[in-house]
Amino acid sequence: MIEFVTILLVKTLVVFGVSMLIVAYSTWFERKVLGHVQLRHGPMRVGFHGLLQPIADGIKGFFKEELVPENADKPVFILAPIISIAAALSLLVVIPFGDSVTIMGKEITLYLADLDIGILYVLGISTIGSYGCMLGGWSSGNKYGVLGGLRASAQMISYELPMALAVIGVVMVSGTLSLVGIVNAQAGLWNIVAQPLAFVIFIICGLAELNRTPFDMPEAEAELACGYNVEYSSMKFALFFMAEYAHMFVFAAMVTTLFLGGWHGPFLPGVVWFFIKTFAMIFFCIWERSTFPRCRYDQVMKLGWKVLLPAGFLNIFLTGLWMLVFSG
Amino acid sequence: MLTNYIPVLVMILVGVAFGVFSVVVSSNLGPLRRFKVKKEPYECGMKTQGATYVQTPIKYYVVALLFLVFDLECVFMYPWAVHYKKLGLFGFVEMMVFIAILFVCYLYVWKKGALEWE
Repeated sequence: MIEFVTILLVKTLVVFGVSMLIVAYSTWFERKVLGHVQLRHGPMRVGFHGLLQPIADGIKGFFKEELVPENADKPVFILAPIISIAAALSLLVVIPFGDSVTIMGKEITLYLADLDIGILYVLGISTIGSYGCMLGGWSSGNKYGVLGGLRASAQMISYELPMALAVIGVVMVSGTLSLVGIVNAQAGLWNIVAQPLAFVIFIICGLAELNRTPFDMPEAEAELACGYNVEYSSMKFALFFMAEYAHMFVFAAMVTTLFLGGWHGPFLPGVVWFFIKTFAMIFFCIWERSTFPRCRYDQVMKLGWKVLLPAGFLNIFLTGLWMLVFSG
Repeated sequence: MLTNYIPVLVMILVGVAFGVFSVVVSSNLGPLRRFKVKKEPYECGMKTQGATYVQTPIKYYVVALLFLVFDLECVFMYPWAVHYKKLGLFGFVEMMVFIAILFVCYLYVWKKGALEWE
């Protein structure tokens, strides 16, 4: 019993710490990559090549003045960022970082929980994150905030559908909802080969759910002045920001788990492969941000409902047919 | 089996604790220089014009309803997808009939113009 609790607490703290580190440094990484894409240097002053920048930003967040606008709904205004960060962090539980390792004669699994409904858990909890955006925008009593919150919720539920349909293809191939089971099913052939259409749909929907650039309607700087978090300051703003980057990390980890074979790979240990693939996906997210311009809102909704949704159905049909014909 | 969910509970608690800690600490550490103009809603430095909460366009409600319909459909498909290998041809035909019926509804929705976002 004591052993169980100790292992659980240590593992939780390690996952929390590592993820926070990744969240902090993906902000640095994003600014660095965006800078170099635009022939700038990005952060350079704080530490070697700006390596201490995320820490400086964090400390600064704590010491900034906190503003609550006059006509804000105060309890909801304070609650919204907490919902956002709690939802984002509770997603980390099911990420399979690697297979089990033996430490001091004990076998320890490199994931916190192997839920038998793992992928449903991820889809469900990641939608709770949109409550954070919506409540935050609505309660701040600002036009831009309200519009940003509305747009965020409509866009997120629109892209939730094709994403769920794309995942169904993966579930059909693997025959399980558990993330560890899905990774194990990819020991021979990665799902990106077996499910190329689902891969494309999942990536596009993931970028839309993350509100990243071709789909960053909810926080369009030019028209909404940052959208749902326009009235937020100090650490409450930082919590929204951290939740966004934690979602990006989870998205990259999910693409790795569902399509890129998780911890499978030659020569190197599993955890190393997992992080190589995840960072490649994070780099992809930043790269496409610097490449694509923003779509219009009607184009975003059109893409989701008229292209990706039928494509999701088509993927299920093709996967079913393929499995029927080739596996007898 | 329920022991699987203990880490989930612990992580949710850690998340909430982290959020509350950050909010409480930052509101106590930061300076407090408040005056009237600062608490007005931000509008690019201009005086705020008009009401904040305008009528929400009907489009958003339509999208929410459509989402409910199609998301329920997805939920139906998950158990089927898990057991697809065992169900074989029977499962394939059954699900394709189900999808075909819903696809007719989808085409109807499209034709009615509920997916247009002018």
